[in-house]
Amino acid sequence: MRIAVCVKQIPDPASPYELDPTTHFLQRPAEQVLDDTDRYGVEMGLQLAEQTEGTVTLVSMGPAGNLNGIRQALAMGAHKAVLIDDESLRGSDSLTTARVLAAAIEREGFDLVISGTESTDGYSGVVPQQMAELLGVPALTYAKSVSVEGSTVKINRQTASGYDSVEADTPVLVSVTAGVVEPRYPTFKGIMDAKKKTVDQFTAADLGVAPDSGQTIVSVRPAPERSSGEKVVDEGDAHLRIVTLLEQAKVI
Amino acid sequence: MAWVFIEDAGGAPATVGLEMLTKARQLGDASVVYFGAGTDSAMTELGRYGAGTVYQLDKPDGALGTAAAAQALSALIAEHQPDLILFGLTYTDRDVVGRLSARLGKPIISNAVDVAVDGDTITVTNEIFGGMTLVDTVFVADPPHLIVVRPKSFVAEPGGDAAPTVVQVALPDGGHAGSDRVTGTFVEESAGPKLEEAAVIVAGGRGLGSADAFDLIEQVARPLKAATGATRAIVDAGWVPYAKQVGQTGKTVKPDVYIAAGVSGAMQHLVGMKDSKIIIAINKDDEAPIFSVADLGIVGDLHQVLPKLIDALKSR
Repeated sequence: MRIAVCVKQIPDPASPYELDPTTHFLQRPAEQVLDDTDRYGVEMGLQLAEQTEGTVTLVSMGPAGNLNGIRQALAMGAHKAVLIDDESLRGSDSLTTARVLAAAIEREGFDLVISGTESTDGYSGVVPQQMAELLGVPALTYAKSVSVEGSTVKINRQTASGYDSVEADTPVLVSVTAGVVEPRYPTFKGIMDAKKKTVDQFTAADLGVAPDSGQTIVSVRPAPERSSGEKVVDEGDAHLRIVTLLEQAKVI
Repeated sequence: MAWVFIEDAGGAPATVGLEMLTKARQLGDASVVYFGAGTDSAMTELGRYGAGTVYQLDKPDGALGTAAAAQALSALIAEHQPDLILFGLTYTDRDVVGRLSARLGKPIISNAVDVAVDGDTITVTNEIFGGMTLVDTVFVADPPHLIVVRPKSFVAEPGGDAAPTVVQVALPDGGHAGSDRVTGTFVEESAGPKLEEAAVIVAGGRGLGSADAFDLIEQVARPLKAATGATRAIVDAGWVPYAKQVGQTGKTVKPDVYIAAGVSGAMQHLVGMKDSKIIIAINKDDEAPIFSVADLGIVGDLHQVLPKLIDALKSR
């Protein structure tokens, strides 16, 4: 099975995010990391590729930087990567992103596309569904588990009250939630191998996609601040402060 | 003309749908695209919240129906040309709006917490960086403008009494894109009040140290009749089910009291709970970002504080 896994390099969430004061786009340092939520899709892809004697191709859009995040996913075992890095795509909206990723996936050829449900830094949460429509395939979304039998892909789909069992035949797109599988840690060999794996780089024009964001940011402002509270160091009786506040709030 | 996409939830309109409908009728003539069979009382309810017309799409048996719904919506849009369509940040709504956007070639502004209309300009407000920063975005493409709204951004208030005109719309054949098959539906019962509705929430994070320690959270919650919540970190770690997750990728909550124990206050968590009326935080790390939103911040070990709190609550 030819499996395309969408991944994203993002600024390390452990360090504060900042917007470019002119463009209002998120500032992206050269050193970015693999979005943690993408590790689940990569792992799922690897397991299904092992089962079906298939391949895993990573597909990503964004500034290449030093490729650290892409190498992290390659080190887990993905076979190759395709990266679309194009100045004209900075600050792209979700639809442009989906167009670019779908065009790259179509170019590679695929039976199964795997993505997360949303990125940690942009979280529009609609790119997988946009890609599915552009590729003309079913979208099995919010998967808690995934299995493949022949050309049928089956998932348990998260719902508000539990889950649904849903299936479709390939070609198909699956978006996975965190926890769908336990991601592996790269081995030393994996890390060394990743340095030699192919990372094909394209521009939007190479893929025939014209960047066109139909929206523009007009203002960025601080949210109204909460009135600052009180901070106390526990010296053995801090729980009483909580009880008092709960009484004042009339919940006890 | 503002449309609202509302999914049927067990015979009644989804709560986020009524929140959006309340907002939509303030923006102009409001109509609803209803996804699901919908009882008579559901239609009456939509009228009470200001829907003039309800376009009702039946959900198919044994399929998600989201590809076909997007197809039906594009046809309705071509016929009636709404200015904007509001969707909720929910599983089904995201599936439909994503496909619709790609079909129409129209952008989506997601995670909206407010929408304002001034003449032809529609401004959508988003929260970023854990809700510390607001971003206003305008559409530069032609309508219809597709907007995905975070639950609890608006307060649902009835404001009409006329019965809506109900127009039944048949779902088209979705082709391969719509060839998914739903083979089973499973409900996971959880005890206690629902997260979205609870007046008090007690939430735990990585600072608990282990899955077993979530029992402390349950014990604080019980006498308070509170719901229990969790951060993404401990849901990802498999300590508690996803249904308890509060934050960007989980639920948005606004209880009277939110008690966060061992929660550092990552941006992704803050955005889901920072609008709680009173926030109480317990964390060992004096620098934890959660303290920036806490009305009462306790710098201390939750393994010391919570057992004493449990005893104090029990003895009342």
